[in-house]
Amino acid sequence: MALSPGLDVDAIKDDFPILDQKVHGRRLVYLDSASSSQKPIQVLEAMDEYYRTTHANVHRGVYAIAEEATRRFEEARGKVARFIGAREAREVVFAKNATEGINLVAHSWGRTHLGQGDVVVLTHMEHHANLVPWLMLAQEKGVELRYIPLTGEGTLDLSGLDRILDGAKLVGVSAVSNVLGTINPVRHIADAAHAAGALVLADAAQHVPHLTTDVAELGCDFLAFTGHKMLGPTGIGGLWARADLLEAMPPFLGGGEMITDVRLDGFTPTEIPWKFEAGTPPIAEAVGLGAAVDYLSALGMDAVRAHEVDLVTYALDTLAQRHGQDLVIHGPTDPRIKGGVLSMQLGDIHSHDVSQVLDEAGVCVRAGHHCAKPLMRCLGANSTARASFYIYNDRSDIDVLAEALGDVRKFFG
Amino acid sequence: MPGLEDLYREIILDHYRNPRNRGELAVPPAHRVEGFNPLCGDEIVLYLDVRDDRVADLSITGQGCSISQSSASMMSAAVKGRTVAEAKALIRAFKAMMSIHEAGLDGPGGSDGDGDLDGQGGSGAEPDGPPAAETPPLGDLEALQGVVKFPVRIKCATLSWNTLDQGLDAAAS
Ligand SMILES: Cc1ncc(COP(=O)(O)O)c(C=O)c1O
Repeated sequence: MALSPGLDVDAIKDDFPILDQKVHGRRLVYLDSASSSQKPIQVLEAMDEYYRTTHANVHRGVYAIAEEATRRFEEARGKVARFIGAREAREVVFAKNATEGINLVAHSWGRTHLGQGDVVVLTHMEHHANLVPWLMLAQEKGVELRYIPLTGEGTLDLSGLDRILDGAKLVGVSAVSNVLGTINPVRHIADAAHAAGALVLADAAQHVPHLTTDVAELGCDFLAFTGHKMLGPTGIGGLWARADLLEAMPPFLGGGEMITDVRLDGFTPTEIPWKFEAGTPPIAEAVGLGAAVDYLSALGMDAVRAHEVDLVTYALDTLAQRHGQDLVIHGPTDPRIKGGVLSMQLGDIHSHDVSQVLDEAGVCVRAGHHCAKPLMRCLGANSTARASFYIYNDRSDIDVLAEALGDVRKFFG
Repeated sequence: MPGLEDLYREIILDHYRNPRNRGELAVPPAHRVEGFNPLCGDEIVLYLDVRDDRVADLSITGQGCSISQSSASMMSAAVKGRTVAEAKALIRAFKAMMSIHEAGLDGPGGSDGDGDLDGQGGSGAEPDGPPAAETPPLGDLEALQGVVKFPVRIKCATLSWNTLDQGLDAAAS
């Protein structure tokens, strides 16, 4: 059942110890990777080995293991930079996650460049992570927010784009929707935004794990990513930005590590990227993220994506055959513009109840509003049950899902 | 490991399918209070008509899962016609039933499931309330006991009760 255009899923599954267990006596079928991915043994071992042999604080000690810890931390930055097509490692700022990366842009760049009446353009499908920081700026500074609406198919409606962009200073757009799976035309939007004089922030939390990511091709100026959705540990992610932008931005958090000099009446920040990395950073987490990048690179992101297209195609067919009109799946139906994310509504059965019964069958899906309440309002849905796929899923997982949704209907029918 | 039958008792599914006291009341005389479960987006709107220290009428709208809907429905049946003191006593009794200790969970995160963390909780200070009126029987509500074994669902069950608590306070002031 593990046949896939790109991946040897049986071999991959063996790398994920967590999948080798039973829940309620059933094989664990993990379909919640859009929330957080599982971790391969290679990532776990890299972090473990780092702590066993190398740990010391970075950028301080002049002794051997401290130098090695620093080397490995910076090596991880280089790996991430290459993985997303950055020109230089110093364009990658490590932070806790994508949310903190976006907040960095809002606080540092936003507070410097945005004031009363300045326009920030977002979309109706943003995650709260790319809404609330801007809503905070709107409250604080009177920044005006405009939104790119959706089409009936769950894609961005770009018909009024020029009007929406008129006078804008920044456009924030999710590269892939965590609810609809929609793969947005970031390049197209970025070209239009640049022509209108605006910068572009891509929320790539769902893009980097699943699609080849090249910041130059995407055409964005800022890109936020998060490690735990791409096989890495929690606690690390961050921001890529063009070096010239980062250099001109004031620090975000203040503290150790981010200064060249501190006097009692002032301080001098250090260079990028460290200027934005106050305090002891997540070192082991960076090492783990580096190992995750190695793992994905070895598979090849084209193969990762081909596998996902196969699963989405199979899932849409299988679920439609088995459940027909009773199962609404939001978002695009064309697998070419859809990531491995299915937001489902089964009749009028609440997503909590759906996922509770699925859990009984060993199937993990996410229930709720997926941190995208404005989008849920657009869809007219209070909540959905979301199944999402990754490299360790195969068609048999989708068969289990389809069957278990049948159990739900029996239970609440 | 607890099974689905612990959670979805027949009486719960019955209240879910045939919710009691559904609808709106004229405001005023009724008070209108909203409750949200920020985790899942469930919402409840409670219309509460308190007269002579008694819950003369109440009705409920909103949307949510079977647990939150049936809990609201059972609650409405249990408190309608009761005195405010009795309703408060029921709230305490229900929340005590929903408290997690008897499930023997050791992890954090479930807390006592009373919603205080999200600011939706009642006004607290329950122990200092007026000396307990006789607590009316929980009756059908006992069926919700199984929810305690599913800690993430506790907030679903307590949503309407926290909202009622707020509503009674609003009606009193
Ligand atoms: C599209 C999108 N943006 C941002 C985030 C936030 O990621 P994190 O919670 O790791 O900061 C998520 C994940 O939930 C997401 O799906």
